[in-house]
Amino acid sequence: MGSRASTLLREEEIEEIKKETGFSHSQITRLYSRFTSLDKGENGTLSREDFQRIPELAINPLGDRIINAFFPEGEDQVNFRGFMRTLAHFRPIEDNEKNKNPPATEPLNSRANKLLFAFRLYDLDRDDKISRDELLQVLRMMVGVNISDEQLGSIADRTIQEADTNGDNCISFQEFMKVLEKVDVEQKMSIRFLH
Amino acid sequence: MELFFNPFDNLLCILLGISFTVWFTLLLVFIIVPAIFGVSFGIRRLYMKTLLKIFEWATLRIERGAKEKNHHLYKPYSNAIIAKEPTSLEEEIKEIRRSGSNKDLDSATEFEMSDIFYFARRGVESIMDDEVTKRFTAEELESWNLLTRSNNNFQYISLRLTVLWWLGLLIRYGFLLPLRVTLAFTGVSLLVFLTSLIGLLPNGRLKNFLSEKVHLMCYRICVRALTAIITYHDSENKPKNGGICVANHTSPIDVIILASDGCYAMVGQIHGGLMGVIQRSMVKACPHVWFERSEVKDRHLVAKRLSDHVQDKSKLPILIFPEGTCINNTSVMMFKKGSFDIGATVYPVAIKYDPRFGDAFWNSSKFGMVNYLLHMMSSWAIVCSVWYLPPMSREEGEDAVQFANRVKAAIARKGGLVDLLWDGGLKREKVKDTFKEEQQKLYSKMLVGTQEDRSRS
Repeated sequence: MGSRASTLLREEEIEEIKKETGFSHSQITRLYSRFTSLDKGENGTLSREDFQRIPELAINPLGDRIINAFFPEGEDQVNFRGFMRTLAHFRPIEDNEKNKNPPATEPLNSRANKLLFAFRLYDLDRDDKISRDELLQVLRMMVGVNISDEQLGSIADRTIQEADTNGDNCISFQEFMKVLEKVDVEQKMSIRFLH
Repeated sequence: MELFFNPFDNLLCILLGISFTVWFTLLLVFIIVPAIFGVSFGIRRLYMKTLLKIFEWATLRIERGAKEKNHHLYKPYSNAIIAKEPTSLEEEIKEIRRSGSNKDLDSATEFEMSDIFYFARRGVESIMDDEVTKRFTAEELESWNLLTRSNNNFQYISLRLTVLWWLGLLIRYGFLLPLRVTLAFTGVSLLVFLTSLIGLLPNGRLKNFLSEKVHLMCYRICVRALTAIITYHDSENKPKNGGICVANHTSPIDVIILASDGCYAMVGQIHGGLMGVIQRSMVKACPHVWFERSEVKDRHLVAKRLSDHVQDKSKLPILIFPEGTCINNTSVMMFKKGSFDIGATVYPVAIKYDPRFGDAFWNSSKFGMVNYLLHMMSSWAIVCSVWYLPPMSREEGEDAVQFANRVKAAIARKGGLVDLLWDGGLKREKVKDTFKEEQQKLYSKMLVGTQEDRSRS
């Protein structure tokens, strides 16, 4: 009766997730409660349908791409660890983190990792390059039927022209980072918790 | 052996007989007779105050227990968990572009790769916390009310608390539940029996008068069957004949709550089984609007029958729940415009349940009706407030949808609920594509708009 399973999340798991993602104890239990409420099948994992049930996500033009970011290559279910790992990209970068000893591995919410998340939204086939075709497809998702193919094509061409430095007509992650080096990524790709 | 049993048998029978008589007399005197006359002894309010004191104590004990063990308590947040800025698509994308380039906005390019940040962030925000899906599950409580179904910190309970909980369980299932079931049974059978009887009378003032009294009496018994403690506000605005009463929907109990304070004509689909029997006998005493299943799909037919009923001033006001489904009483969702199109005066009513005593929300996708009633009758009590709002009519130049939204906003404001534009039907169905297309159109304007400016300069 009323299984809000914060009892199912063990302390050791919470500690591990804390170390890996940097979320606080209360944030993790709160997000776990959210995870279980989305998990309609009550089997400890989320499927793509579970995400699509969120109306505000379903009306987001890039909703499907964002949902895809949660699922590793070829898999259809994501468990709580995977869920938290992806959400961790949007944790704000705190100032005191820069003063402490830098962690062994790059934190999930570093500037580079936030940009990588955005890059992967464009990179449909996960080959670490954004081709003209992929850019067109993503643009089409964002504008719907309101812009003609030719106009969209010229927008894509211009974007690649400006970003591409090695002449392969694709945008690599390095080129992507260069184009966006002045953008305030830390603020725009961060979600602030109220507690 | 026989000699041994006989005196015992007799004694047992006598004891049972006495306790039954006492039981029924108490029932009659304290519950049914006041229900018939519409008076109250105030027993339920006293009960409510005592319960509140016990709950506060229980919550403090849990908090203390958790602190002693140095563990984190699961704290339910009734408000949002993340900060969402209410900036529009245009504003935010312009901000992102501005921070990324040195050029000023007029000569900015149409598309920037950073535009995707907006959609990504909004998407992940809605994954962490959205406005809609949480309306279809029971509200979380801040203090524990001795029901396991609403407790997440169960492991921090001391011995005293456990004893209290067992006592509570005993009282609820051993005493309150049978009492309530008896009352419910009495109420419903009286309703069916008496309304059928009244149906035999010829139409006229006597029939209407009796029908009113019978309906009120039976609903009051049902109210006591749920131990519902209701506070009515602004009764001078009670719905009158020829009007439509509109309220937010949390559970089927809403009907009983409203109908025990006034007479309404119900609207709904004819069901089979017990529900059907009740519906058919009710309509003998006074005209309700029941539809066959096939008729429900025909919007014109429904609208015509409703407007015919409303135009006859001798008929009772119609009771309608425009959300169309049960919402968890933290928000009011989209009102279906059908009842606002008829042109009658609308009497809005706001119903707000106090979740500390028992959760009245019916999660129809999770629990069936019988399961739900069992939950209801084994909770402590149902405490709610009803506000009658002043009547509203459609204004000049206002269409049905705008009128419906205006009424909805008034109800949400009075009841302290969140006013949402989302459709309650999203509980079961997918959202329409038109909303996504709106977003795409907005974004496209940003890309194409700049091109037009460019060609001008």
